[in-house]
Amino acid sequence: MEHGHKEHPKYMRIFWILLVLTILEVLVALPFLKQVLGTAITAILLIGMACSKAAYVALYFMHLKFEKKTLTAIALTPFIICVFLVFMLLPDLMEDARHAGMETSASQTVESSH
Amino acid sequence: MEDTATLDHSADVYEPSLTPDSLGKLGMWLFLISDAMSFGALLAAYGAIRAGAAEWAPPSEVLGIELTAFMTFLLICSSVTMVKALEAIQNGNQRRMCTFLGLTILGGVIFLGLQAYEWTHLIKHGLTLTTIPHHGLSGAEISGSVLFGPTFYTITGFHGAHVTGGVIYLIVILIQGLRGNYTAEYNHKVEILGLYWHFVDLIWIMVFTFVYLL
Repeated sequence: MEHGHKEHPKYMRIFWILLVLTILEVLVALPFLKQVLGTAITAILLIGMACSKAAYVALYFMHLKFEKKTLTAIALTPFIICVFLVFMLLPDLMEDARHAGMETSASQTVESSH
Repeated sequence: MEDTATLDHSADVYEPSLTPDSLGKLGMWLFLISDAMSFGALLAAYGAIRAGAAEWAPPSEVLGIELTAFMTFLLICSSVTMVKALEAIQNGNQRRMCTFLGLTILGGVIFLGLQAYEWTHLIKHGLTLTTIPHHGLSGAEISGSVLFGPTFYTITGFHGAHVTGGVIYLIVILIQGLRGNYTAEYNHKVEILGLYWHFVDLIWIMVFTFVYLL
């Protein structure tokens, strides 16, 4: 049993962490706080909290922390590829945003710019 | 009891090569990784469409956060009951495992019910694949790209399909559990099920942030 205990992390603790982070997220996203903090800081805070929540779920609930390190490396690939994908899209996004400013209908912009 | 715990522990850490158990786990991980990339692509596409639009209606005005925040809480709870189910069967307690699997199913079903309620509500309110509502939840006038609807329904629908699949998967394992198929020594299938269910939870955390909060 001692070993069994060592193997299982304190799940309830993770639950409380996730709960507190979710509440914080909802608070940060409140319209008036959004205005106080500014879009960029709100976005950074929200994405940061979402990523830490995801990390807690993967590390403890999915036992990634207790697996071989190779598996962690494998599990990180989609994350890295997605970040890469966003950077690949960035030049296009800038372009789109500039065009969008000149045109009236947003939906037409997205369709016609490709 | 002590022997098995020690054995399981050593198998996890010093496993020399792939065994049937770890093979299944690796298979699930590989599936989840490819699935994560599908979700990543959907979210990136959403980001690209939103950033490229001249105007985007504020999600908090169109969608509302209270109900979805509760749905997030529900999925986190069902993740906890899932780990409790695995913990129970690793300690050899079949009845406890079945109870917790049942609770996990309940969480998933309530989540799906709430999502169906939310969708019906939104469609009635005017958020469809081709239109967005004229008024936000607070009554203020809103306008923005009509692509709000399609991106929203694609992403949440894709996730909802995963929850549906997860509930079916949970029911299958629960039936096997009720038949007494799983023991303290033989339970890797429950662990693999857990990986899938936690992944669905993890994806919802991302969807909640990117689609509802940002």
